[in-house]
Parts: sequence; C-alpha cells; structure tokens
Amino acid sequence: MRQTLPFTHRQSAHCESGVMSALTTHAGLPLSEPMAFGLAAALAFALIPFVKLSGLPLIAYRMPPGAIIRGVRKRLDIGMRRFTFGDPEQGMAALDRALDEGRVVGLQSSVFWLPYFPEDMRFHFNAHNLIVYGRDGGDYLVSDPVFEETVRCDRASMKKARFAKGALAAKGLMYFVERLPAEVELGRAIPAAIRANHRVMAKAPLPFVGLRGMRRLGRSIVKLSRDPRRRDTYLPRFLGHVVRMQEEIGTGGAGFRFMYGAFLKEAAASIGEPALKEASAAMTEAGDTWRLFALRASKMCKGREPMNAPALSDIIMQCADREAAAWELLRIAARHR
Amino acid sequence: MDANDVPQDRIPTYGGRRKLFYAVDRDGSYVAVRSSGWEAEAVATGSALEEIECLRQDAWRRAQAGTTSPLEYYMTCRRMDLALLAQTTGYSPWRIRRHFRPAVYARLSDRVLSRYADALGIESVTLRALVERP
Repeated sequence: MRQTLPFTHRQSAHCESGVMSALTTHAGLPLSEPMAFGLAAALAFALIPFVKLSGLPLIAYRMPPGAIIRGVRKRLDIGMRRFTFGDPEQGMAALDRALDEGRVVGLQSSVFWLPYFPEDMRFHFNAHNLIVYGRDGGDYLVSDPVFEETVRCDRASMKKARFAKGALAAKGLMYFVERLPAEVELGRAIPAAIRANHRVMAKAPLPFVGLRGMRRLGRSIVKLSRDPRRRDTYLPRFLGHVVRMQEEIGTGGAGFRFMYGAFLKEAAASIGEPALKEASAAMTEAGDTWRLFALRASKMCKGREPMNAPALSDIIMQCADREAAAWELLRIAARHR
Repeated sequence: MDANDVPQDRIPTYGGRRKLFYAVDRDGSYVAVRSSGWEAEAVATGSALEEIECLRQDAWRRAQAGTTSPLEYYMTCRRMDLALLAQTTGYSPWRIRRHFRPAVYARLSDRVLSRYADALGIESVTLRALVERP
C-alpha cells in the first residue's frame, strides 16, 4: 500500500494497539485503538511463577508482545509484511528503503536506547512499538504512540534500540501494511474476537492464566504474609512489582480493562448489540477495582498504611469476580447467532 | 474510571509528559483523557529506580576503591545486569566477571574494549578511565 497522504500522529494509551490502529487507519481502514485491542482479543491475565524477572514472577495483564499486530491482521485479513534481520546494517538499510518508497513503517525496539524517552522511563524493555514515517537528514521522524507529539530519533540510537539484545529482543523487527481486505465484516469479527478472548480469560487450562490466575494471585498474597521469611522484605517487593507491571508497563492492568471497556462500548454501537454495553460497564468496574488495589498496595509498600494482606487479597478477588461477571455477559452476547 | 478522576499528580517519572487513558464521561461514553501521572505509579516506578540507583552507587564506591573495574560501574550506569551485558557483547558471564577484576581489566585489548564500548554506548577512552556520568 503506497501512500502519499501525510501521516497523522495520534496519541494512544498503549504502544502496540496504537501502532496497529495508526497503521491501518493510515492505509485507509480507520480503526480506533480500543477496536484494534479488542479485535486482537488482547485482554489477558497471567502470573507465571517459573518465569522470573530479577527474582520476581512474570505478571502480565494482556497477551504477549506481538499478539495485537498478529491478532488484528488475522481477524481482518490484512496483508502485512514483516522482517527481522541478523545484521543491523541490513536492517537499517531496509528501513531507509521502505521509507524512501513512501511507506509508514512499524518497528519493535528497546525503550532504553530511545533518546526521546524521559530518563526515569528508560528501562531495558525490548517490546516497545513505534512508527517511523519519514527521514530528515540524519534523523528519523517518529510517531511514538504513547507520546503526545511526534519526536525525532538519530540513526545511531535507532539502530541500538532496534537491535538491543536480551529478553524479547526485536532483532530489528519492522512491519507495514501492504494490502487491505476487500471488506470488513465487524458483525462477524467482533463476536469471534470476544469468543477468543473469553477462552483465554475463563477457560484457559492453566491455573495461572485468566480469572483463575487472578484468584491465585489473591491467595498467594495471603500465603506470603504468613511466611515469616518472606513477609517483611519479599512481600512488599512483590506487591510493588505487581503494581508496577499493572500501572507503568504498557498502559497497566487497569488501563487495559478500561481500553477493553471502550472497545465493548464501540462494538455495541457498531453491531447493535446492547448487551455489550452492559458488559462494558462491568469491565469498567473491574478496572476501577484494579486501581483501588494499586492505590492501597502502593500505600502499604511505602508504609503509609499498615500492611494488610487479607484486604489486598480481597480486592484482587473482587477484581476476579467483576471480570467473571463481565465475561459471563460476553459469553452469552457473543454466542454463535 | 470517571473522566474527572483521571489522575493529574504531575509525577516526576513522566518528565513533564502526559500519557493517555480511557475513562468514562458524564453520559457514560468512553473518552480518551491525558494524564500527568498517578501517585501509585510514581511509587512503583520510584522503588524500581531506587534499586537501580543503589546498585550504581555501590559499584561506584567499589570502583573508586579499586575493588572492581570501571566496567561494572558502567554496566550499572546503563541499567544492565550481567546477563544482559553478556547477551549484548556475546561474552560469557564468567568472562565478564573476570573483567570486573581491575588488574585484568587494565590489560584488556582495544578490540575487547571496543566491544564493551559498543554494547554500553560509551567511548573506549572513557572506559579506560572512571567517570561518574559517562
């Protein structure tokens, strides 16, 4: 898809859904960020005890990186090209070529090496997505979806960011839209996406995924508070980690719930299914409960409120109950009609 | 979350920037609202940054005292751990740990040093010295 139209930057809540929304919209298929997130069935929860990040279990509030791009592409049958590179110089040359052809290109990169990120946000997180829409001298013109305005990035930093090593290494991943589907049947795509997401949240066969994973997190907070060896130092670290993964990385656990709520609201209107509106309200309540957890947990970690593990565990259980209620409404609303 | 409740705590970790959130407005529809940050997020990010800063200061003291090489200090400056530096340079962790010994580090060839320079984004001349803010 060659485009001569100027690219319009729009800020998003989350990098991957924002990139996917911007790429399809620019190619001529307008897709809001919540719609991209929902169609990709990207809402999730997982607490994986055997994958550790500096001694703390992996916790995720959405599907793994790459799932939104793949999910939207498959659900709407969008033709996309995607490339990874063994040699950084080749990867940079390919980016320049695509830009010279007038393409708007999505890239996966490390946050740490992007000079336009504030110092305090620069961690070694390799699965950040951004768009490059042009070149100007030695700089790339960047539309980073989580920023208010477009930014610039010099070539050397871009190369470092694209080819940073470590967990989830991007290997220079770049992608762009090549072909749009002849027609988009949202009346079919939306219920199918909701059913796929229901399977992950309510029916995953693993105890640490979905609603079961949330309840497991609730129980483990109480368990840690009863363990004299882990109560005093590990528990606050663990809670801080849960909150940090919830609020800072991506758009946060509560943020994803609100985004899914926004998707359901939009979906209700576009396919005329009022039950989705009701589910949207339930999902919003779940998001509010997650926020309450973050607030109380961060106060307890800072010692501004005495540590009360049963109360925190109770809030998580409420999150699980509220999301369970939303998914039950969705299961019925998205049944094969 | 109500659109009016979208936090505007102007947290330092945002560096003056704003993020976007989805929230519900008065008539119940979802709107996108910019946020200057939330205290709860600032606490969580802050404690992660504190941990990093502790490691940096500890390595700085030991590097100044000569009990570790500047390499370990520069690694902490770039918020890396041994595993990440190993993956970035292609050197094994034990080999890098050996380079943390000042005597071994002082004898490193320009080739090895340039690999570290590349991985850390720090010039080789700086690597040979000990600079607090590389």
